[in-house]
Amino acid sequence: MVDLTRVWDVLVAGGGNAALSAAITARRAGASVLLVEHAPRTMRGGNSRHTRNLRALHPAPTDVLTESYLEEEYWDDLLRVTGGKTDEHLARMCIRASQHAPDFLKSCGVVFQPSLSGTLSLSRTNAFFLGGGKALVNALYRTAEQLGIGILYDTEVQHIEVQDGFATEAVISHHGFPERVRFKALIASAGGFQANRDWLRKYWGDAADNFQIRGTPYAQGRLLRDLLDQGVQEVGDPTQFHAVANDARAPMEDGGLAMRLDCVPFAVVVNRNVERFYDEGEDVWPKRYAIWGRLIAQQPGQVAFAVTDSKALHNYLPSVFPPYKANSIAELADLAGIDAGKLEKVVADYNAAVRPGTFQPMKPDDCRTEGLSPPKSHWARLIDTPPYYCHPLKPGITFTFLGVKVSDRARIIMADGKPSANMFASGEIMAGNILGQGYLAGFGMTIGTVFGRLAGEEAARNVRN
Amino acid sequence: MLPENETLAEARRHMAVCNSCRYCESYCAVFPAMTMRREFSAGDLTHLANLCHGCKGCYHACQYGPPHEFGINIPATFAEIRAQSYAHYAWPRAMGTLFERNGTVVTLAAALGVTLVLLLTMALVDPSILYTAQRGEGAFFRVIPMWLMVSLAGGTFGYAIIAMLIGGIRYWREVGGGAPAPGPIVDTAVDILTLRNLGGGGHGCNDVDDSFSSQKRWMHQAMFYGFMMCFAATTAGAFYHHILGLRSPHPFFSLPVQLGTWGGVLLCLGTAGLIRLKIITDPVPVAKRLVGGEYAMLSLLFLVGATGLLLLVLRHTGAMGVMLALHLGLVLALFVALPYSKMVHGVYRGLAIWRHAREKRSSVMVAAE
Repeated sequence: MVDLTRVWDVLVAGGGNAALSAAITARRAGASVLLVEHAPRTMRGGNSRHTRNLRALHPAPTDVLTESYLEEEYWDDLLRVTGGKTDEHLARMCIRASQHAPDFLKSCGVVFQPSLSGTLSLSRTNAFFLGGGKALVNALYRTAEQLGIGILYDTEVQHIEVQDGFATEAVISHHGFPERVRFKALIASAGGFQANRDWLRKYWGDAADNFQIRGTPYAQGRLLRDLLDQGVQEVGDPTQFHAVANDARAPMEDGGLAMRLDCVPFAVVVNRNVERFYDEGEDVWPKRYAIWGRLIAQQPGQVAFAVTDSKALHNYLPSVFPPYKANSIAELADLAGIDAGKLEKVVADYNAAVRPGTFQPMKPDDCRTEGLSPPKSHWARLIDTPPYYCHPLKPGITFTFLGVKVSDRARIIMADGKPSANMFASGEIMAGNILGQGYLAGFGMTIGTVFGRLAGEEAARNVRN
Repeated sequence: MLPENETLAEARRHMAVCNSCRYCESYCAVFPAMTMRREFSAGDLTHLANLCHGCKGCYHACQYGPPHEFGINIPATFAEIRAQSYAHYAWPRAMGTLFERNGTVVTLAAALGVTLVLLLTMALVDPSILYTAQRGEGAFFRVIPMWLMVSLAGGTFGYAIIAMLIGGIRYWREVGGGAPAPGPIVDTAVDILTLRNLGGGGHGCNDVDDSFSSQKRWMHQAMFYGFMMCFAATTAGAFYHHILGLRSPHPFFSLPVQLGTWGGVLLCLGTAGLIRLKIITDPVPVAKRLVGGEYAMLSLLFLVGATGLLLLVLRHTGAMGVMLALHLGLVLALFVALPYSKMVHGVYRGLAIWRHAREKRSSVMVAAE
């Protein structure tokens, strides 16, 4: 039974990897810790539940990572995906600290899988959690319980009383009942606002109704909004999010990783008006994985259709929902609900532009089109072998970039540039400090673990002083 | 082949999700076997279901587990398909219906087995022998004549072996195992004898909840090796009797009694431990329809072990006669129930592991080419 009348040393708002890393670290440093998770127990863990790995620096092979991955290469990778929208000091600090993230998680009972043939060939840079993120979340909660951390499920932090950068009290909704929690330090780890459609609508209008939220429906951004409204400095473009090409028939929320479709490089992709709109074969899929969500979000009706033939079917991972399948392009268009004549013409024009080459599915090959706009630069093969297949696509949003500004000790920075006296942040709620745009596979979990540990340490130290 | 039904359709839906997710690829053999396929015939699903050891690792790690709307629950779904396959491949076919209310069937077999042996004993020997201490060479056979013991046990056990063999052959043919050429026998044997798929690579399985433990593996090993030692004890007893000319009861430190004693202890510990795990485990990743039969078979094995040990303790007292009849009645019940109980899982699991080892080898060969 959690005591809500006492003064807790540390209140952790949130229940994913970043929150748990912070809570466990603070507790191990001697602080009393209350962790407040919005989701029920069965759906706990925020977006961590859907993750699979974390990206970790390592100078030499480890039991879970192959070869080596050093700071400069890691930094270059980050620089490339963010297009420079990052904070070099914070980023390098995070990269260096990532070396110790796997061992910290292991100390919390997380099991990693021996390096394998991962689907995106990430075994050199990323350490994979055995069983994925939910297994990680289970292990972290178990450790938190054993350490005597107070845990409240079905409980939302709705408001923090902040005066001159000092937080005193939280208003929470506990199983729907209003309560107040007093604490000495706050760690905000409650994620972004991607599941808050009204908020997305402010920037995207009605298109927001067609966005699928890949992760937890509990990422409502309530704490983020509350802190920003009370003079916390914001970082990141509020209008932007990370999104991938999802199956258009996926659940609108919580569909997770399995709803993503990898067929784009081996397909021709048209929008609702049956027009191609981007080079499907620009680069290998892991590098283009993240741009297609945005591209589809910008199409009419936020929908697109990837068309392939039977030659391509085994070049990408199987989809959960079977693709539309027909023996002619016209029939396929009818199944997908798009104009048959137009699709026949798009495919005919494309086929006429395909130049012969040697197909190599795993690397940019010389199969390309000529005289087609937009071109298809690689993996362009004739679509001529029935049955034909069509995967309908919609944007699946992973996370939003808006966040609270933090220092290199995870301390929240106020709008006037002064550090908060007792507020810290970790995870998606502050990831925008480092990830201004784009995404690097497994980096969200790295930020969550590194800043979670920092926030936990600093909050515990704050309480002692 | 299993006829198309709702469970197979549900398993196919599960496989569609799992084959796109693949987070569980390091848990056990089921997931690597799944990734070798894109379409899942009834035979494929039967193979995968019998390959599943019910460790529940995938259930507790599943981002799509209930209450998610996909409601992915591989352990429960595959347990149901396994049970259907046991019934489908039972020999003779009509006996497959015994898997329907298996708890009742196994319990009835136990009751009838004990009753039959007691009645036969009373009918065939002087009833007073049943209640007086019998000592010295041939004491057991004064209670139950050897011809009766051998013909009942041998007949029922022989029948069970034949029935399970025919079931195994039909299973292999229908599920699509391919020509039974010599395959990776060593890998298969190691996987079976070490229960590698219940190991999770050292950290254990989710025996009770989302925490890892190796209890199920150790308890199953105790039960399996205990059972095998009891079997070896009987074989050694026959060897002593027919070859060495030594008549039972043998001294405590003789090979048959030592094997039987420690085998019985392991059998009791293992079955009691497995029953305990079944009681306290999270009930969601469990096929509730089947637990009755599992409890009944575990209890029967426990009683066989326990009465065997009691027989050892009481063999020089007046209680020996009844205890011997009780023990042999339960053994008889075990042999009779063998081909129509959870025990058949050993046959199909073994075949599934063998098939998987062959598929793994040929996929490596294809990759090398």
